[in-house]
Amino acid sequence: MDTIIHANFVDYLIIAIYFAAVLSIGLAARRQASDTIGFFLSGRSLPAWVTGLAFVSANLGAVEIMGMSANGAQIGIPTVHYFWIGAVPAMLFLGVVMMPFYYGSKVRSVPEFMRKRFGTGAHLVNALSFALAQLLIAGINLYLLGSIVHALLGWPLWVALVVAAVIVFAYISFGGLSAAIYNEVLQFFVIVASLLPLTLIGLHRVGGWDGLKARITEFADTAPAGAEVATASQQLHSWPGQALSGFNSPVLSVIGIVFGLGFVLSFGYWTTNFVEVQRAMASESITAARKTPIVGAFPKMFVPFITILPGMLAAVLVPEIMQVKSGMEVAGGASGDVKYNDSIILLMRDLLPNGLLGLAITGLLAAFMAGMAANISAFNTVVSVDLWQTYVVKDRDDAYYVKVGRAATLGATVIAIFTALIAGQFSNIMDYLQTLFGFFNAPLFATFILGMFWKRMSPAAGWSGLLAGTFSAVVVWLLSLVDIVTLPGQGTAFVAASTGFVVDILVSIVVSLCTKPKPSSELVGFVYSETPKSHFRDPDEAKLPLLKRPVPLALIALVLVIILNIAF
Amino acid sequence: MSESTQTRRHTAGLFDIRNVIGILLGLYGIILTLMGLFADKALDKTGGVNANLIGGIALIVVGLVFLAWAGLRPTYVPEPADEAAGQQAA
Repeated sequence: MDTIIHANFVDYLIIAIYFAAVLSIGLAARRQASDTIGFFLSGRSLPAWVTGLAFVSANLGAVEIMGMSANGAQIGIPTVHYFWIGAVPAMLFLGVVMMPFYYGSKVRSVPEFMRKRFGTGAHLVNALSFALAQLLIAGINLYLLGSIVHALLGWPLWVALVVAAVIVFAYISFGGLSAAIYNEVLQFFVIVASLLPLTLIGLHRVGGWDGLKARITEFADTAPAGAEVATASQQLHSWPGQALSGFNSPVLSVIGIVFGLGFVLSFGYWTTNFVEVQRAMASESITAARKTPIVGAFPKMFVPFITILPGMLAAVLVPEIMQVKSGMEVAGGASGDVKYNDSIILLMRDLLPNGLLGLAITGLLAAFMAGMAANISAFNTVVSVDLWQTYVVKDRDDAYYVKVGRAATLGATVIAIFTALIAGQFSNIMDYLQTLFGFFNAPLFATFILGMFWKRMSPAAGWSGLLAGTFSAVVVWLLSLVDIVTLPGQGTAFVAASTGFVVDILVSIVVSLCTKPKPSSELVGFVYSETPKSHFRDPDEAKLPLLKRPVPLALIALVLVIILNIAF
Repeated sequence: MSESTQTRRHTAGLFDIRNVIGILLGLYGIILTLMGLFADKALDKTGGVNANLIGGIALIVVGLVFLAWAGLRPTYVPEPADEAAGQQAA
């Protein structure tokens, strides 16, 4: 069959070695053959660099590689805002401000936090929307996984999707997920080891950074007007980022990026995403937990150089992507037509010799599989514990709920095949992902932050704010579908998220003022003013050298990210 | 990291995450180096650079650094390992 990527025996060998390693660690962990593995997985003394990398890596799946390179190919440098505005500040905020609440309250999931702070109404709304979000995001991972299988083997996309789903299900069943922290750290290195050569070879081919700039400028100047290619200066500078936000006015664009992406979307994502936060919860002390996202911020800052840059390179090196960018329809790619999402796979095809190619495919497969597995297991937990056990069938033995969990895993895998087909409709996967985050994370963040700092916020406000926020974000998105709100790029997602956030806050305030708040005694550990300062203090922190404490580290990261913003 | 004083403890050995990283990257480094030396170098793709060879050598070096790190500053595992071991699913 005609395939996009021509892999040979050595490439498959490299893939096989990786999965043999991960699955054998997973199996050993499940049998508890080695107390060492248990020790590492329980994470009681995991050093901050391991949890920090796992933290970044848990997110280094669909979002980073395919989405960022697709975005890089389409709009260039402004994509860095997803890292320097849209991730690093939020990660630092999570470490400095939010983590003590999580670590101190010992909650293990967002719905659990909701139940303890607001009671069952908010818990139910949040558990349902969280489960739905996980299914949709699992679909994105599955779609990307399927598109690689398609590129490798040439199978039709739907066959590739089914096969990929079966593989992920097997991976979860064979205990691959129980080795999650090993997997994530390994995956980080494999991805860097494959994307770094890809970037360097690409830069070599175009004649370095200056060569790339020259090519992008030339491309933007000669592209047909109908293609609406962003101007070269927009593609090569991070600010004001009009190509990203879709606003015509530079001032509005900066506001949109800072508030929409930098504040609402990114704080919403990073501070309420328990797939990531769990990594930090596993560490040995409150200080280590706080340091986890802060340490993670350092590698995160430099990830754009191996994700966005390849996308930009693809837009001047890969003929198909160049044609797409000129507004043409090109047959091929994962879904029948070449899309920006295909940038990185096509760049690999064109630049990597067999060997490095295998490594690159391994990195992608690992990232998507782990990503989807994490989504599905999060879904499984929420459905079996937060929904089924709490509301449907109470008081049965653990074995029963394990069975429910297994059924949920199977169901989620099947449903993900269909949500993957939805994901495949978007030519740039970031548009879709940010839209979803706007629906789910932005209102959630509003409820979280208000609930943490305003003790008057009542249980009724908890659920009604969430519902109203999500509903209003969906309405904005629907308006964009019928062309009432028109913003190219991810502008619609930013506006939808901001709307969801603001509506959530307003509704919560109004409802709180009309209903009865929880008594202060039940809010200790959940509301800032009701929690004694000693609750958050780590007696060992003062003993650490200055540079190993969370706040000084966070300041260094902040200075670095500001320098990066000025440099580009 | 300073471990609390345990009466009996042993090093993490093969399952120390740094050893796993070192072995995997080192193995990949060897495969790539061999590919760089003996297989099609695909110079038209890489623009005249033997990417497999350079990448392979770099991976071997990184792998060795991790093995050396794990060897020089081993992680100690308290015994018996903590009860919740292996139950951390996500």
